[in-house]
Amino acid sequence: MDLLEYQGKQLFAKHDVPVPDGRHATTVDDAVAAANEIGYPCVVKAQVAIGKRGKAGGIKVAKDEAEARAHSEAILGMDIRGFTVHDLWIERASEIADEHYASVILDRSAKKLLVILTRMGGMDVEEVAEQHPETLIKRHLEAGEELTLDLAREIAVDAGIDDDVTDGVARMLVKLSEIALAEDATLVEVNPLIVTGDREVIALDSKATIDNNSLFRHPEMAELSDESAEDPQEAMAKEKGLTYVKLGGNVGILGNGAGLCMSTLDVVAAAGGKPANFLDAGGGSKAEAIVDALEVITSDENVTAILFNIFGGITRCDEIAKGIIEASKQIGIEMPLVVRLDGTNSEEGLRLLAEADLSNLHQEKTMLGAAERVVELAKK
Amino acid sequence: MSIIVGSETKLVVSGLTGREGTFHGLRNRDYGTDLVAGVTPGKGGQDVDGVPVFDSIGEAVSERSANTSMIFVPARFAAAAIDEAIDAGVETVIAITEGIPVLDMMRVYWKARKAGVRLVGPNCPGVLSPGKANVGIIPAQFFDAGSIGVVSKSGTLTYQIGNELKQAGMGNSSIVGIGGDPIVGSDFIDVLKLYEADEETEMIVMVGEIGGDAEERAADFIAESVSKPVVAYIAGFTAPPGKQMGHAGAIISGSSGTAEAKKEALEAKGVRVGKSPTEAAQLAVEAMKALA
Repeated sequence: MDLLEYQGKQLFAKHDVPVPDGRHATTVDDAVAAANEIGYPCVVKAQVAIGKRGKAGGIKVAKDEAEARAHSEAILGMDIRGFTVHDLWIERASEIADEHYASVILDRSAKKLLVILTRMGGMDVEEVAEQHPETLIKRHLEAGEELTLDLAREIAVDAGIDDDVTDGVARMLVKLSEIALAEDATLVEVNPLIVTGDREVIALDSKATIDNNSLFRHPEMAELSDESAEDPQEAMAKEKGLTYVKLGGNVGILGNGAGLCMSTLDVVAAAGGKPANFLDAGGGSKAEAIVDALEVITSDENVTAILFNIFGGITRCDEIAKGIIEASKQIGIEMPLVVRLDGTNSEEGLRLLAEADLSNLHQEKTMLGAAERVVELAKK
Repeated sequence: MSIIVGSETKLVVSGLTGREGTFHGLRNRDYGTDLVAGVTPGKGGQDVDGVPVFDSIGEAVSERSANTSMIFVPARFAAAAIDEAIDAGVETVIAITEGIPVLDMMRVYWKARKAGVRLVGPNCPGVLSPGKANVGIIPAQFFDAGSIGVVSKSGTLTYQIGNELKQAGMGNSSIVGIGGDPIVGSDFIDVLKLYEADEETEMIVMVGEIGGDAEERAADFIAESVSKPVVAYIAGFTAPPGKQMGHAGAIISGSSGTAEAKKEALEAKGVRVGKSPTEAAQLAVEAMKALA
């Protein structure tokens, strides 16, 4: 789960990472009240889960109340590359002397946490890695090793941070690593990490990714709004406990197992079709789960045909067949359903489907045959 | 021979008394796996269909000589159960549980490495050595004994490919599901090493998917250290960047980790990559025929 900037900053503040004074607002009036409280100049920042907000006009400085109102009105509801702005963060403007970059990230190849610091902040770290790789200082934390202040100072010195703020930057690194461990964050990033004219070290932006598997021990995080569930089908699927990702095409896909489901998208694309979604019905799916899944898929208006690709291991094909028959009764599906059932209890499943004699149902024996068939039917 | 599990396996199941644990544990026993014990704290002295249950894995090791532990407990207790298995001195831990926090896995990964314990999973279907032992949830009916070693991030895709091999008259030395999480106990390279050393294995099928760089690193390893033929399949060519596709590991961020990059890395090292599971199985059959 990716936190929005203000959620990340609230998390930073909880762990004593210095951040500018700021307030969260969802209406223009609240934003203006927050700006008056903080004082001017202040910054009105769009809160969306995508980068380069400034370039899109989502970050504006206000020097008085009239400007705070005008900016808030303009930014709230704005579309930034497909994300609608519902939240604002109003923050005291900072005077910037230097911009650096710091992060603590889970390096899954090394299976260790990696601390990264560079003098070159304010731009994409990928760009820095390409253009100025010598400025990137990276240090893995060995299993059980904590980032000590001494080690963090070494990193800051190696990165060529100004002497008078070495300690401040080192303290921030230590806290970022503490946040990663305490909050189950697989990424904690500050870009830019600024040094102000008064030589204070402050996190001017925040990016944090919390491990979804850890939410049981972070109930406060689990309650945060999840931007990725903004799409109506994705929200509906989440409510029903299904793993669904919208892909925008017209061929609805239902498979069991993440790998087989991804593979199904690939063979449909290879057959010239455009998958509408990824939907993993999971292992051991019962008939009700199939009804739920079909409800989600058919609520997407773009879908013109649906492919079921099931290889039953723990999943029993007769349960899948019952689900398809039940869903046809309950939600009256008229579009073509192409079904490929193989594996555990597939004979029973195929028999049930044949008995039900659904006019829109097409059986196929192989995954490739089913993909070709559904692509052809989706065109009509 | 086979790898990781076999006729020498003496299995203890953590979570044997749970619904899923009972179902799969007894299914493994019915297959012929030597299931010697179950473990559920507070239920020591009971039994599950004749299999004695202990309070701790340590007791299962000392009283029943268990050497392999299967973890079937809920995610929030799973890392502690893996800890316990490592401390109890088993040789192999196979973690089926899905949803273990990644930082917990990072910790137990290093603990297992230091203790010299082989950890497989989590969030994996387990390991099957046809005709010898099945530890996990792999449906054994889709696989015959033979000489193709399979290593896979995905369960259902493996069943699909195994079934196609079976229909082509081919079988497997072992099938290892390594799991799709960001940190897994055994990676492609760990399993490739075992297959390379296993006399019964003549060739290897590797099934990968988007996310991370395990396939790319495996490609380098194959070029340097694997003499047996390897064919591969990669899922996720049409996955959009930044979206998680079911497996926590199956997410592409930035340019690395895409299916295309993995395919290119493997092909650059001479590994043939099938466009579909069916084609991958056909390539494996061709490679086996070329060996004969």
